[in-house]
Amino acid sequence: MGGVDMNTSVVNILTEWDIVAARQISRSLAKLIGFNAVDQARITTVVSELARNIYLYAEQGNVTVNVINKNNRDGIQIIAEDRGPGIQNLQGVLKEDYSSYGLGAGLPGVKRLMDEFEIETEANQGTKIVVVKWLS
Amino acid sequence: MLAIQAQYKELLSQYLKHQTERNLYLGQNFSRLFVRKNITPEEVISIHKKALEEMDAVTSAEIFTSFEFLTEFMIQYGLALRDHKILLEQQEEMKHEIELAAKVQNTMLRTESANLDGIDIGYLSKPAGQMNGDYVYFQSDDTDYLGVGVADVVGKGIPAALCMSMVKNGLDTLGQTNISPAYALDVLNRIVVKSIADHMFISMFYGRYDNETSLFTYASAGHEPALYYNSEEQKFYDLDQANGLLLGILPDVHYLEGNIELKQNDLIIIMTDGVTECRTDEERFLTREELTEFIFEVIDEPPEQLVRSVYRRLEKFQSFHQRDDFTLAVIKKL
Repeated sequence: MGGVDMNTSVVNILTEWDIVAARQISRSLAKLIGFNAVDQARITTVVSELARNIYLYAEQGNVTVNVINKNNRDGIQIIAEDRGPGIQNLQGVLKEDYSSYGLGAGLPGVKRLMDEFEIETEANQGTKIVVVKWLS
Repeated sequence: MLAIQAQYKELLSQYLKHQTERNLYLGQNFSRLFVRKNITPEEVISIHKKALEEMDAVTSAEIFTSFEFLTEFMIQYGLALRDHKILLEQQEEMKHEIELAAKVQNTMLRTESANLDGIDIGYLSKPAGQMNGDYVYFQSDDTDYLGVGVADVVGKGIPAALCMSMVKNGLDTLGQTNISPAYALDVLNRIVVKSIADHMFISMFYGRYDNETSLFTYASAGHEPALYYNSEEQKFYDLDQANGLLLGILPDVHYLEGNIELKQNDLIIIMTDGVTECRTDEERFLTREELTEFIFEVIDEPPEQLVRSVYRRLEKFQSFHQRDDFTLAVIKKL
């Protein structure tokens, strides 16, 4: 069962200032949902990391921020999609004891800051990362 | 550190003036540098405090606001610190594995000393790094023959050390003490050509001493010429009569042999280029004359002691900065 969309914003990531825009939007939404200041900062950092990966390594992509609700629980969902080179060594990149550079950089950190994490990637097709954090 | 302090203060005061997402983003990016510069969390707090102290007339509202900036900064800092720690752990792990490999190598390639009536031997082999690309091999049957091999893989470190186990296996397989040095190199060459990568070569000196005739017979595959010391003349000679190609270049090579008759107190000194290419900190190479001089100074010491004395002398010569694997093997007729 997917969540029910209440509010959706999409930011195309082309320049570094688009990263700032994506951060701004996610912070406002996180605040609106009722996340405390530290969680707002965490969510913003996650968006920042995902958007930065697109900006640095994929050239083209976007970040979508959704307010979601499931079983009477509010949450924030972030979808980062790009048409970049894809992540070659997905297993390595996601391992908690693995540090990498390039497109997968920082993903273990992103995973740790959020409640849900999903990734699809295809060589030379692109990467789609979906993360969720629920309001506790 | 001062530059970092100043830049942190600048970013923070920008944020206090304009609480924008852009200023938070710039702060987060800056935190990556902190981890690279090994700035600890408690130092971050102190940098933050100092920045506030240095600003004019900070209101208490601004101090509260400054913590928003610090929180943002520390989240990114935490992520980067973790990545950094993982890299260090991976490095540590690799170092540990190399240590284990070096131990395995030491066990596998331990030089077994040999005894032959009327002959005294000494040897020393010190790697420049953790693993040795030089190898000394002895075999004897106690009464008739002594075989000695000294090999050096071109290059050093782990790949070189791995190659050496092949030479040892080859020598073990040949197995007889009376084997002709040229034949030994012929066979080893074929093994090396077949088994290792195109860019790896091994230089090797192999000698055999025959107790009955007192003849030292030798062959060399592109190896540093060994020295022969004639004790009657008190002179050193290069054993360079039988030099052939490095092991591993061509499949069908037939090596030549040279002979020298040893008299009482004569020495054969076999070495690798870690000895002959010793150089000072000013990049001045050791000359053949200096080397023989150093050896001559301690020529009356038993071989086992002699190799150590020469090593210590050469350590000093190169200001204790050993650049290559270093091996000396000495045979003395008593």
